[in-house]
Amino acid sequence: MIGLQHFLVVSAILFVMGVLGIFLNRKNVIIILMAIELILLSVNINLVAFSAYLHDLVGQIFAMFVLTVAAGEAAIGLAILVIYFRGRGTIAVDDINQMKG
Amino acid sequence: MIQTIAFYLFAVMVIASGALTITARNPVHSVLWLILAFFNAAGLMLLVGAEFIAMLLVIVYVGAVAVLFLFVVMMLDIDFAEMRAGFARYLPFGLAIAAALLAEIVIAAGVWQAGPVQLAGRAALTPAPESMTNIEAIGALLYTRYLFVFEGAGLVLLVAMIGAIVLTHRARGGVRQQNVTRQNMRRPHEATRMTNPPVGKGVEL
Repeated sequence: MIGLQHFLVVSAILFVMGVLGIFLNRKNVIIILMAIELILLSVNINLVAFSAYLHDLVGQIFAMFVLTVAAGEAAIGLAILVIYFRGRGTIAVDDINQMKG
Repeated sequence: MIQTIAFYLFAVMVIASGALTITARNPVHSVLWLILAFFNAAGLMLLVGAEFIAMLLVIVYVGAVAVLFLFVVMMLDIDFAEMRAGFARYLPFGLAIAAALLAEIVIAAGVWQAGPVQLAGRAALTPAPESMTNIEAIGALLYTRYLFVFEGAGLVLLVAMIGAIVLTHRARGGVRQQNVTRQNMRRPHEATRMTNPPVGKGVEL
């Protein structure tokens, strides 16, 4: 029998995988953005699983808002990536230290 | 029984394609594995009865976001072999962080299993009415109680769209463009001239 725990475990593994992806691909900002998408996907699975478990639709509504923010974030991130590549000819993010942050 | 098989199929596939997304050598393959992960997550959401979110995942993520990623990966000419230089160096640290995070989540889940912390009673549930389909129920909730949040989400998307256009737009110099207004404002008497030159003299322009 599949319960809430199973969905939470899948979501937790996916979340950790996204965090691991950020650490493993420190240079490639495209893969980092994809790892963030994985993290947001795992959050969505969590929200939907709890929504079904509690018989409360608000979880699904908020999963939709997370989706919206994820789409906007991907668009802006890739736009910044494109202009950075246009100026520098590379997307190695460990070279980005002009703002001394 | 069939639900159990379907759950394990989708769960294993989503985790495997997530792992391949972050370890694939070629970013194009990464994007394709990400698309597979989105499809399988949509399957997982179908299993719990969230049809609308599942369809939204397929349409928005696979149809728009993943294609945008694919477009950018293919548009930028990048030496990806050099990009993976730090992979082995960051592996132990990354695995340590991942192990710590997973342990924390497992502890949190175990504590939650033992009994919830009562912060507040759940006063108002919004159950999905049995007479409605999932999409109808979401629409009835979204366009009433969450209308302003929904408008805010639309505003976020508008700002993201304008921001992406402003960031990537550039005015190229040295490009001859058609000026339609000027073209339409031109009249024959300012554009042409009738002359009657003598033979052998030519016309002065």
